[in-house]
Amino acid sequence: MEDLLAARLQMAISLGFHIIFACIGMAMPFLMAIAEYKWIKTGEQVYQDLAKAWSKGVAIFFATGAVSGTVLSFELGLLWPTFMEHAGPIFGMPFSWEGTAFFVEAIALGLFLYGWDKLKPWVHWGTGLVVGISGVASGIFVVAANAWMNSPAGFDWVNGEAINIDPVAAMFNDAWASQAIHMTIAAFVATGFGVAGLHALLLLKDRNNLFHRKALKIALAIGAVAAILQPISGDYSAKDVAERQPAKLAALESHFETERGADLIIGGIPDEENREVHFAIRIPGMLSFLAHGDLNAEVIGLEEFPEDEWPPVLVTHIAFQIMVGAGFLMMFVGLLYLFFYWKKKHLLFRRWFLWLVGICTPLGFIAVEAGWTVTEVGRQPWIIYEIMKTEDALSSMPGLQYPLYLIIALYLLLTVIVSWLMYRQVITLSDRYQTANLKAETDAD
Amino acid sequence: MLIEIVIFFLGLSIVFYVLFGGADFGAGVLEILSGKGDRETIAHAIGPVWEANHVWLVLVVVILFMAFPKVYAAMSVHLHIPLLLMLVGIVLRGTAFTYMHYDAIKDETNDIYNAVFKISSVFTPLFLGVIAGAATLGKINPEPEHFVEGFITPWLNLFSFSVGLFTVTLFTFLAAIYLIGETSQEKQRSAFTKTARNLNIAAVFIGILVFASAHFEGLTLLSMFLDSWFAILMAALATLLLPAIWWSLQHYKVILSRIFAAGQVVAILLAWFWVQYPSIINRTDGFEDLTFYNTAAPDATLTQLVWALVIGSCIILPCLFYLMRVFKGGQFTQSKTNQ
Repeated sequence: MEDLLAARLQMAISLGFHIIFACIGMAMPFLMAIAEYKWIKTGEQVYQDLAKAWSKGVAIFFATGAVSGTVLSFELGLLWPTFMEHAGPIFGMPFSWEGTAFFVEAIALGLFLYGWDKLKPWVHWGTGLVVGISGVASGIFVVAANAWMNSPAGFDWVNGEAINIDPVAAMFNDAWASQAIHMTIAAFVATGFGVAGLHALLLLKDRNNLFHRKALKIALAIGAVAAILQPISGDYSAKDVAERQPAKLAALESHFETERGADLIIGGIPDEENREVHFAIRIPGMLSFLAHGDLNAEVIGLEEFPEDEWPPVLVTHIAFQIMVGAGFLMMFVGLLYLFFYWKKKHLLFRRWFLWLVGICTPLGFIAVEAGWTVTEVGRQPWIIYEIMKTEDALSSMPGLQYPLYLIIALYLLLTVIVSWLMYRQVITLSDRYQTANLKAETDAD
Repeated sequence: MLIEIVIFFLGLSIVFYVLFGGADFGAGVLEILSGKGDRETIAHAIGPVWEANHVWLVLVVVILFMAFPKVYAAMSVHLHIPLLLMLVGIVLRGTAFTYMHYDAIKDETNDIYNAVFKISSVFTPLFLGVIAGAATLGKINPEPEHFVEGFITPWLNLFSFSVGLFTVTLFTFLAAIYLIGETSQEKQRSAFTKTARNLNIAAVFIGILVFASAHFEGLTLLSMFLDSWFAILMAALATLLLPAIWWSLQHYKVILSRIFAAGQVVAILLAWFWVQYPSIINRTDGFEDLTFYNTAAPDATLTQLVWALVIGSCIILPCLFYLMRVFKGGQFTQSKTNQ
């Protein structure tokens, strides 16, 4: 395997693995905080049991996220030393703040997980909240660094060297706001629906289980609100990308020719060679409207760029369709939930609705992975947009496929083990709240 | 001045990582030496703190790539293999420990996690030491003729592995000292005390091995050492702390023995730092060593880094203190009642 491809794959796999745990680490503390708040306020034991059960999952996810994040901080250098040599002093600033945020998060998590009997209830609740706030802050800082790669700022590039470095301008680059908002909301959508879906599937077996009902309500409320907000943030991101990275927008839309009143292309398979898209649904003028707020605005197509500066169109386009599709499905389920909650409470735990929520379990994470594919693959061939090419940043060590194999094996193993651990959490989870119905079923087994 | 502040924080992060994160690894090694009986004590001791202790390493990495990017890049390229192996160790240790503790069902899989935890607790600090040794040794060649010269020779040698072994020994020694105060069982206490003493003696011999292997690999470590009054002072301090540690162990002075042991390790780190200074990575003859000064980022970057570190410390240190007080505070009163 070619070294460049191996390195890109290793980076993609490491990021793709870490991001799941990072999302859960950002959003899950807030779910736990709501449950614990209700326990302190109402004294209902089920809420404390819920917070404790969730916290066991969080401990597993947080540890996995912490170590896989450490791997990334080294991999930036192991795979892309030339990039880091130049970029480190420019975009390092958000990482230096992320260090503090991560520290506070780890400390607060230790207090939260091990402090149930040692801290007063409100102090304990506060530590959980601190885990969430510092987790979100960590995420926002890391995204600032990634945003800089999309929208480099705070330096002048002269003869292959960066001069006049201004780390503050680099941190507050143009892409930060839109990316950070989109990512943070995504973490809440993915985690909210992931947790709600899991409890919905468990409710299908035991529909009156109080534990799962409470869990579903908290998680889906968070997920629903986030899923409804996400398209708004997505629209902001799209307009921003249209402005800053027209090649990325063109690739994710498979928009080959520059034109006014450009069609929105939904689905389909782009054919780079002939510059057309097969089997797609087209909505006239819609792309112009979405990108620039005007049905007749000009949208730059890929033809404006030399072909060796095109991002891989097929991957970017399909990933984008998956992200948007999953996002809209969750938004629809979220709206339905809020409507039921408001007007038709008796429908909340109907079988068909639980199935619908259950199907959404992985959707948020699939959308997150797809979204990152869009932003990372869509930036190619650049590692620093229009400054440094990915291939020029590569490590000089040959044989990079072997580290890739090692990382694949390691993360595959961890994926299997984490799934197995979650399965074991679930099967021992809610015995106390099992209804007689379910007991009869298991007895019959 | 800016650079010196950054160097101070880099040093501080390394010292804290060794004193706290290092001891967490040492606890895993200790479990191999002492057997199943200590599993509970060790899990109880490192459970609430290991993730916070681990962050010091992340801070070291961030300071390196932001302030000394050429050092970070050179290490990443030429020490790719030991860094990768260390990372695998970090991942396995952290996950195995957590999975062991949080598995909903306790069965034989727990022994598998425990075995992984123990093994990775050995080889992670081993490779950390190998990397430190390789930075000092000076076999990093930026223009290698072939693969082995560029990516193997710099670290696969007697000296680097001696430093690795020394690191493992020191970490385990620290863990043994710390754990004395973590248990109230007399039998366990005396076992930890005995192990701590043995490891302290072992560290002296492995320390001699480090110097001998340096000589063997063509590094004049001993004369570099003797040339520096500060290094001699630190070595003297470390030696003087030997009887002090033994005395405090004899009399079960829990806190005092921790301070002495930590002092000894810090003295060793400072001596190493001083011998190296201002170089961070020594390279093969013909190439300038990478120092704090010839690799430093521009002042604009260093200023921002210093702000982040200073403000960060004002947030982190009180939080850390609170964490320690909640989970380790009991030991202070405990040690008093035992006197």
